[in-house]
Amino acid sequence: MPAPILRTEKLKAFYQLDVQGIPTTVRAVDNVQIAVEENEVYGIAGESGCGKTSLLKALYAAFEPPLRLVGGRVVYTVDGKDVEVTALGPEERRSLRWRFISYVPQGSMSVLNPVSRIRRTYRDFLESHLTGETREHAFRRAKDHLAALGLPKSVLDAYPHQLSGGMRQRVTIALAAILHPRVMIADEPTTALDVVVQRGVVQLLKSVQLGLRNTIILVTHDMGVHANVSDRICIMYAGRIVEEAPTADIFGNPRHPYTRYLINSLPRFGDRSRREGVPGAPPALSRLPPGCPFHPRCPHARRVCAEKNPGYTVVGRSHRAACWLLGDAGDAEDPRG
Amino acid sequence: MQKILEVERLTKEYAIGGVLSRQRILANDAVTFHVNAAEVFVLAGESGCGKTTAAKIVLGFEEPTSGVVVHNGKRGVKNVRPWIDEGVQAIFQDPFATFNPLRKVDRYFFETARNYRLASSRRDAVARIDAKLLAVGLSYDEVAGRYPSEFSGGQLQRISIARALMTDPVLLIADEPVSMVDASLRMSIVNLFRKLRDEIGVSVVYITHDLATAYYVGDRIAIMFRGSIVEMGPAEEVLTRPRHPYTRLLRESIPEADPGRKWQSTVRLSDADHEEFMRSGCKFAGRCPVVMDVCHRVVPRDVEDGPVTVKCHRFPPG
Repeated sequence: MPAPILRTEKLKAFYQLDVQGIPTTVRAVDNVQIAVEENEVYGIAGESGCGKTSLLKALYAAFEPPLRLVGGRVVYTVDGKDVEVTALGPEERRSLRWRFISYVPQGSMSVLNPVSRIRRTYRDFLESHLTGETREHAFRRAKDHLAALGLPKSVLDAYPHQLSGGMRQRVTIALAAILHPRVMIADEPTTALDVVVQRGVVQLLKSVQLGLRNTIILVTHDMGVHANVSDRICIMYAGRIVEEAPTADIFGNPRHPYTRYLINSLPRFGDRSRREGVPGAPPALSRLPPGCPFHPRCPHARRVCAEKNPGYTVVGRSHRAACWLLGDAGDAEDPRG
Repeated sequence: MQKILEVERLTKEYAIGGVLSRQRILANDAVTFHVNAAEVFVLAGESGCGKTTAAKIVLGFEEPTSGVVVHNGKRGVKNVRPWIDEGVQAIFQDPFATFNPLRKVDRYFFETARNYRLASSRRDAVARIDAKLLAVGLSYDEVAGRYPSEFSGGQLQRISIARALMTDPVLLIADEPVSMVDASLRMSIVNLFRKLRDEIGVSVVYITHDLATAYYVGDRIAIMFRGSIVEMGPAEEVLTRPRHPYTRLLRESIPEADPGRKWQSTVRLSDADHEEFMRSGCKFAGRCPVVMDVCHRVVPRDVEDGPVTVKCHRFPPG
């Protein structure tokens, strides 16, 4: 099996805040260990405030205060060699961005300059990342690239506000793909988009991935989107990965009680039987309960759940979950574990 | 069956663009529907379809260019302020924006009690507030003295529903009430609409772009597109056997939480939204897979097909 294109080892990234004079630690990414393969769409699902955007920032090695790398490391496989990106300096990190790993943010307006035409954004971008690129050549490359993705080349002459939200998001995806990066990170690329537009944007992402045979790390809370395009999914809760499995198993055989709730609460066409949401509310990452962070909401909680945070139990092929109900997997906080 | 709300040929015109390039857009084009007692009526469609405009007019926040809104059989004068008769209450999209973050949540309840003279003493008011909060699965003790930041989005949305229930309304207008609420908490809101309908007979106009919850909770549904209702009927019928090509596109585009039922084809998007508003004939003609010549020229009529009304030249079939 080839080395994963991107992996984390016991990654911890916390926000160190000062709330009205009281130092507060927000455990946004807590002991996350994932290995993302080449040529797959790796989905990350979870509710708002579970730490998924912070995890993406950590994977992108974009630690800006108050977010701090507290422990562990992020490793990319660049041209067959391990690169510990968390140990690199800012200049070396920057050299990997867009060529090796690129980022599609939630709001496309933060990438596209509102006062210049799309053409100009593309040109600035290409000029700063490719040396010796002539203006005409860069423009031709942008045109060909957009045409290959099925976007009208007239968008190059438009200002961002003249495009619909869906078109702006597609232009942003196209920009993130133009240097053929091996990994693309997409953070809720379809929030605030309508269903038909969402479908268009997600299908574009998938076709980019198929074309480049690269890796997409897709964060969305929309399980329907994951069901459609993700090959594997991890479920995040309170800064931790509570379950990870191939998509079919997450939907067909969820093992963590939280995942089960998440899947079973989704309304389905053709079935109007009553569905329940998860009781209670997610915990604040600055005031996590002791033990398993889900135990206050979990109907199956036992005594051990309130005392110790469970480690992972392998429950199937490429399928793991962190829950005491699945067997004694040891304490996740155990430094030897 | 008693009609709680009737909306007849509601039309609202907006002007967009500058002084020289002024264009007029019909945000609502002869929108007609009604809401029965104790039913959840869904107004569904994508952004810019006119569903919020219709809601604003029903609530009296906007004046229609033409058309009539009839509340509870009362054919209103123009400028009827329906919330004054206590029967219609609104629930908005963003529960964090509904409440002032610096104001304790219970004050909104006491204020409503005072404005509508719902209680003669503080103790009366507390009893009433407690009863309404219990109806949404909370209690006065859980809410008293606390600020909005101490609640989750789902809790705040339930609190705003309890606030709306203070006046014993017959109709709630809920504009995208779950779109800002986390998936795991969404069902608690939607189940609440079911419960209010079944137990106290409140009707709900549920405005949403989320057809999955619309299917789950809706009795009847109207699908809006570019200012018009293109299909209307029982939610089960419209969403499991969609007739209008646009409803079919919407229905197919919803990503189902089932890896066995993925999207089958690649979708075509419109490049500029307002061009569709400007179309003569059927506004969907530019993207319709079964378009005919007539669609580009003539606005389709409303045609009845079984229990469903559909605005399409392909109907009645044959």
